[in-house]
Amino acid sequence: MPRTTNRLILAHIWVSVLAFGVAAAMAVMQALSRANLEVPYRSARMYYMSVTAHGVLMALVFTTFFIMALGYAVAHRENGAIKWPRLAWAMFGLALLGTTMAAWAILTFRASVLYTFYPPLQAHPAFYIGLTLVVVASWGWCASMIASWRESRRRNSGRPVSLAMHGTTANAMLWLLATIGVASEMLFQLIPWSLGWVKTIDPLLARMLFWFFGHPLVYFWLLPAYVIWYALAPRLAGGKLFSEPLARVTFTLFLVLSTPVGFHHQYQDPGIPAGWKLFHTFNTMAISFPSLLTAFTVVASLEIAGRLRGGRGLFGWIGALPWRDPAVSSVLLAGLLFMVGGFGGSINAAYTLNSVVHNTAWIAAHFHLTVGSAAALTFMGACYYLVPRIAGRELELGLLARIQPFLWFLGMALFSFTGHIAGLVGLPRRVFETSYAGAAQASAWQTLTTVSALGGLVLFASAACFVAVILGTLLAGKRTAPQMIEWAEPLSPPTDGFRAGLWDRLGLWFVVAVVLVILAYAVPLWDVLHLTRYGSPGYKPF
Amino acid sequence: MKVDLYERIWMWGVGVMLALFFGTLANASFRYGFHPPSHVETIDPKAVLKSPQFRRQGVYVDGGGAVHVSAVGLMFAWLPAALTLPAETPVTFHLTSVDVIHGFQIVRTNGQSMVVPGYVSQFTTSFKAGDYLIACNEYCGVGHHMMAAKLTVVPKAQWRTPADTVATPTGGAHAAHH
Repeated sequence: MPRTTNRLILAHIWVSVLAFGVAAAMAVMQALSRANLEVPYRSARMYYMSVTAHGVLMALVFTTFFIMALGYAVAHRENGAIKWPRLAWAMFGLALLGTTMAAWAILTFRASVLYTFYPPLQAHPAFYIGLTLVVVASWGWCASMIASWRESRRRNSGRPVSLAMHGTTANAMLWLLATIGVASEMLFQLIPWSLGWVKTIDPLLARMLFWFFGHPLVYFWLLPAYVIWYALAPRLAGGKLFSEPLARVTFTLFLVLSTPVGFHHQYQDPGIPAGWKLFHTFNTMAISFPSLLTAFTVVASLEIAGRLRGGRGLFGWIGALPWRDPAVSSVLLAGLLFMVGGFGGSINAAYTLNSVVHNTAWIAAHFHLTVGSAAALTFMGACYYLVPRIAGRELELGLLARIQPFLWFLGMALFSFTGHIAGLVGLPRRVFETSYAGAAQASAWQTLTTVSALGGLVLFASAACFVAVILGTLLAGKRTAPQMIEWAEPLSPPTDGFRAGLWDRLGLWFVVAVVLVILAYAVPLWDVLHLTRYGSPGYKPF
Repeated sequence: MKVDLYERIWMWGVGVMLALFFGTLANASFRYGFHPPSHVETIDPKAVLKSPQFRRQGVYVDGGGAVHVSAVGLMFAWLPAALTLPAETPVTFHLTSVDVIHGFQIVRTNGQSMVVPGYVSQFTTSFKAGDYLIACNEYCGVGHHMMAAKLTVVPKAQWRTPADTVATPTGGAHAAHH
């Protein structure tokens, strides 16, 4: 591998891991605070600032920088070089500048608006401009991915690109479509309003634009994890990919279905007619389909691995898997947590049941199983595989790496299962403390938040292990030659000789996705724009 | 494209499951009228406390005998701070905010709605007798966790129509078309 691409990938990993470390430290204080435990520097102001920092650094910075790093690694593996490396470096600089601006605004208490930043809560302009720069930088990454995909198609003359490149490109395309929402919210609403160029803002329109982006964001996190599950995990576990063609269909379906689903985050909002909400419910159920296909294919591939390693009987193959390899155990444990998270998600998406769980602790517990486990734990495990190969160093502190995924699983089980129950008995999410001046109904939450806080401590221990292993490897690992990534082989090569087919034509499917988005959003957006609307001035109650 | 038999069975299985999920939801909404709060009506947030609907906050009974609640969210309280309602009776809530977004959540019931400045939220539900906490479930600033109100639900026979009943407010409705 040329050194410059490796340096680019490692630069992204550095930012990603440091953001993760800071965000994990913030989370401990939050977990203890919700259990009504006194910790140093505890105050409501500090709590809401730190929830904002945790959300932005974890969900937007850690994930985006890792996803960009993985994308460059995939493109490099595909073509021997990435497309437009100078653009890639410029975009890295831009994303880092944006992150620094947003982090400054948050850490100086100028932007305690949480990572959903709903107006009319108003943050410092540096917060909005900084996050916009991160999004713009990610568009540069998308351009590089799509150019690499086209290059690979040309070179392959009729044969499909690798599954990893296919999945990464589908993700870049869905991200381009999704970020139209948040970019419009930033450029036409939040930035001019925070700079004082316009006096008022429509909070409902802002929410519609945010959630146009906010749900596909979930798939932007998840698809790189699926790339690892399909294209890497079967090989690391010692098996083969069960069904290569269907895996391609899965990624294509995500590109098509990810965006026209945003109203399932706005079921409880006024201003959006019920019929449109139900239409988004239908689309949301449809997008569960590719995830359920993934569950089958990944489990089948792992079963092949377990049996090749000598596992016998109905479940014997599970124990035969290499649980001691953290790059494998992280995928296995992330998958287990995601099964629970996935079913929880279909409850959130249920048009009628949502009113029982909306904005309760259930929601935070849910997405800690999806983005916080399926994506984050997979990314951590992938780092144990990728970082030594790309940095050309041996993995340091291997024992910590080996226990880290199990600690994460335990911590998340404690944190998330109690959070789900607390949500069902009504605990609102994002509250500094939960006693409600001794209200009788609030007493039901106390034990649950205490167990949840214990989970937070275990999660922090796990996060500390991860950061120590990666920084130790990057700084002090014994030098070796950098190595290529190796993708999993398909179990049965296609009989028709590996021709690129309809499902590989991502450009075509992008157009289908645009049409679906127009069907789902054009009329309700038009209707809101034609109401007699009264804007809101900015508020900074933090 | 060749798809393995087991995989085909799985695909049909999950397809049927998802269709059942959606069918159940559609059935509940069309047959029993279960919908999330989706009222479309706008209001000037600066004029809320002068509007016919929200000038006085609290419980009222309309001309047809139906029970309503007008409530307003502001940093960091619900107006009114206490409500008394009859059990087993449909109650229609009308909600708005004078400042930022709030979330009106009657704990351990399905009664909740986002409360967005500039818009009027509305939902109808009924309760069993008991004491309930009304929390704010959308972050609204540094006092978010202190924003709460009390709901007391008494058996229907013990409930008295509030003395200061507002007859039938016409509402600050603009462009209400739903």
